[in-house]
Amino acid sequence: MINFDNVSITYADTTTPVLHRTNLTVPEGDLCLVIGATGSGKSTLLKAINGLVPHFTGGTLQGRITVNGRDTATHRPRDLADVVGYVAQDPLSGFVTDSVEEELAYTMESLGVPPSVMRQRVEEVLDLLALSHLRNRAPRTLSGGERQRVAIGSVLTAHPRVIVLDEPTSALDPGAAEEVLAALQRLVHDLGLTIVLAEHRLERVLEFADSMIYLPGSGSPARIGSPEEIMDSSPIAPAVVRLARLAGWSPLPLSVRDARRHAQSLREEIALAPSSAAAGLPLQQERSIDVVDAEVRYGGTTAIAHVNLSASPSEVLAIMGRNGAGKSSLLGALAGARRLSQGSVRIDGVPPQSLRGQQLVRSVGMVPQEPMDLLTYTSVERECAQADNDAGVTHGHTAQLLALFAPEVSAHDHPRDLSEGQRLALALAIVLAGKPRVIVLDEPTRGLDYAMKTRLASHLRVLATAGHTVVLATHDVELVADVATRVVVLAEGLVVADGGVAEIVLASPIFAPQVAKVLAHGGLAEKGIPLTPESVADILVAR
Amino acid sequence: MTPRLHAAAWWLWALALAVTASRTTNPLLLLPITCVAAFVVAARRSSAPWGRAFGYFVKLGVVIIVIRTLFAVIFAGSSGGDVLWVLPVVPLPGWLSGITLGGSVSTQLVIGAFSAGLQLATILICVGAANSLASPARLLKSVPAALYELGVAVVVAITFAPQLISDLLRLRSVRKLRGRPTRGLRGLVAVTLPVIEGALSRSITLAAAMDARGYGRLGDRSSQLRYLTAGLLLLSLSMSVIGIYGFLDASAPLLLGLPLLVLGLAAGLSAVALGSRGTPRTRYRPDTWEWREWATVLSAMVPAVIVSLYSAWQPLLMSPTWQPLSWMVPPLLTLAAVLVAVLPAWVAPDESANTAKQLPQPALVQA
Repeated sequence: MINFDNVSITYADTTTPVLHRTNLTVPEGDLCLVIGATGSGKSTLLKAINGLVPHFTGGTLQGRITVNGRDTATHRPRDLADVVGYVAQDPLSGFVTDSVEEELAYTMESLGVPPSVMRQRVEEVLDLLALSHLRNRAPRTLSGGERQRVAIGSVLTAHPRVIVLDEPTSALDPGAAEEVLAALQRLVHDLGLTIVLAEHRLERVLEFADSMIYLPGSGSPARIGSPEEIMDSSPIAPAVVRLARLAGWSPLPLSVRDARRHAQSLREEIALAPSSAAAGLPLQQERSIDVVDAEVRYGGTTAIAHVNLSASPSEVLAIMGRNGAGKSSLLGALAGARRLSQGSVRIDGVPPQSLRGQQLVRSVGMVPQEPMDLLTYTSVERECAQADNDAGVTHGHTAQLLALFAPEVSAHDHPRDLSEGQRLALALAIVLAGKPRVIVLDEPTRGLDYAMKTRLASHLRVLATAGHTVVLATHDVELVADVATRVVVLAEGLVVADGGVAEIVLASPIFAPQVAKVLAHGGLAEKGIPLTPESVADILVAR
Repeated sequence: MTPRLHAAAWWLWALALAVTASRTTNPLLLLPITCVAAFVVAARRSSAPWGRAFGYFVKLGVVIIVIRTLFAVIFAGSSGGDVLWVLPVVPLPGWLSGITLGGSVSTQLVIGAFSAGLQLATILICVGAANSLASPARLLKSVPAALYELGVAVVVAITFAPQLISDLLRLRSVRKLRGRPTRGLRGLVAVTLPVIEGALSRSITLAAAMDARGYGRLGDRSSQLRYLTAGLLLLSLSMSVIGIYGFLDASAPLLLGLPLLVLGLAAGLSAVALGSRGTPRTRYRPDTWEWREWATVLSAMVPAVIVSLYSAWQPLLMSPTWQPLSWMVPPLLTLAAVLVAVLPAWVAPDESANTAKQLPQPALVQA
């Protein structure tokens, strides 16, 4: 279906190709998963399939790419629109119309599908992706997960032969991600669609993949193979694979179900281990965050209501909940960016809304969901210099912080040209420059590969140890299991649960991390189940 | 779904108002035009981010008036009339002959410059009104896909101002997060470059997304037909440009502007018609053009026609020279005609009623 024949792609102002002499074939009806570190060329590979590279991005394409027999060099994206549906990483930037319904119909309009057929397909997709209650809404007013579903739906209606998705679940909560993936899998099974998707959260998609493409980056050739072959040696691996490697299981299990078949002996070993009584930080009386009866409204809608929340220094507080549950509004209120319609928010006893300039930067810092929102200059260098200025710290401080997270970023790069992960690193460095007492992160792991996530997690732990309070809103259960000390769950703007990580995360199979699912003996509610491969390793070492 | 006014109707309404403004420099007629635009915007603007475009256009208009008046005062030369004060004349090098720095500043000069600035500002404010009222996305739907390259250019042009406004609001909120000034001149200067750059690149991203979704697909067309449409389009564009110039520049003969404009439009329409042959586009929910749209467009055509006629008939009243200095009250008929353009404030359906149930754009900070 998709054929890359000795393909090299080089962008205009660089000398090193992003893809180098790549040969690969994706047969019809495959769900093909593309993995690789950030900046390894995943997006380029995906865009090359529908011709956006090089027709819209510039650069040179060597070799031959054919999709359903059409050469992308001679067929422009619009000539491939009936064969390839492309869902971009940031769906909002690609929305063309004013309402969900029209968005779903747009591609069909371009392709000249008769109106009666259009109506039928729009209704089908509205049901398939559970969008019918949103049909008249403007896409820009939707939450992240809803936008993603609309973007996928708008591609589905045209019945393409190939669907290309760039990180389709990165903005989705675990439940919504499962729904989207289930819908994609149904398309593969029932209609024989070919799906190519790039994803960092392998734990969500690995079990659905028929084949995998691994891009090692830095000019090495891409590898294509079965998931087992690729996972065997890939440095990028989900928790279940890391656990399997740790325990030496063979053949390598890729899903929780497979892994559980091997897990009996490991379970016994862990049960024998002295239970490392959940250390838990001594509860501090001092409060760095104090939220009392907070309410945030927009127009007629209440985003959060009656929220009471407090946190102490050194706590890492994870806020979870469905897309649109009010997480971002709560974080905005914490950072002083959202006005409350009722109640109060205090950071170290001071409402952040009243702070200005350096006082604000030193009290609370927020990395917004879209890190690009924080970046306003044309080079990394100027961005860092300005952050030093804002925070009143010595010149070069921010640049040092950046080098800690993303050493490969050059000072002269334009923030727009950085990968999602690199942008996050830059935004984080800028926020941390002011050494804020409270650090607020909105969806920090979107677009991060495992290596970057590990670096982020360890840095967050360092910050917490140093007495900062970290608040993060996330859908990433594995990250929560790794770093959080407490979890708050929001639903419909209300706090529905607040407690220790294990207690909350293990309360439902949707939230539970993979390792816990593998090692649970009777049910998830058992005491002392390890949540991450690292803690399993610690237990095994301790014995 | 509640009905909405066709985006093109809003643009035609605003452009007709702008044409009205271009025919007169009499502040007593220009001010009512801005009031009419402001009233309609206040009544019927969209709740989306671009709905706030109007305020920015008004501010830009004020800046234009100030600059225009200041320049007139600084480069006064020896203007006739009632002299207010005399500035020393600074000798300029020979290659700048024709421009005089300093000189005698007369009341007529100041009023004339102010009126000219006000005229430009009013035209701009009319465009701002269109940006606030019409959804760019719905306008996009009306762009003929047949002429692909032109279509992409139009996409970028149409979405640029709305993107600019959304970006401006977003960046201001972010600057607050970083503890920087958000208001005043310093705040504005600091965000200008990133905002313009960001808005342009997002407009281009949008064009790429539309392309990936089949916008501008061609059916089977002979190359002959393609060359013919391209040629017609080029002809149409050049004729329209000359025509619009002749039409808007009140000093050019009306006979130069109007016929060329009409010819140009005709050529353009036939190019679109030719190009659309064989393109496979269909409509899911066609935008309808009914009595509301007609009423909106006609309500602004009334002042456009009447003021144009009056400016040909009584040029001194519509574009006064202020000599001798006196109140130049425009004819009642023109004032009444301008007031007709306020009609859409009631005729057009209220979109905010439709969108009130929706969450507004979750910008980081409420301004």
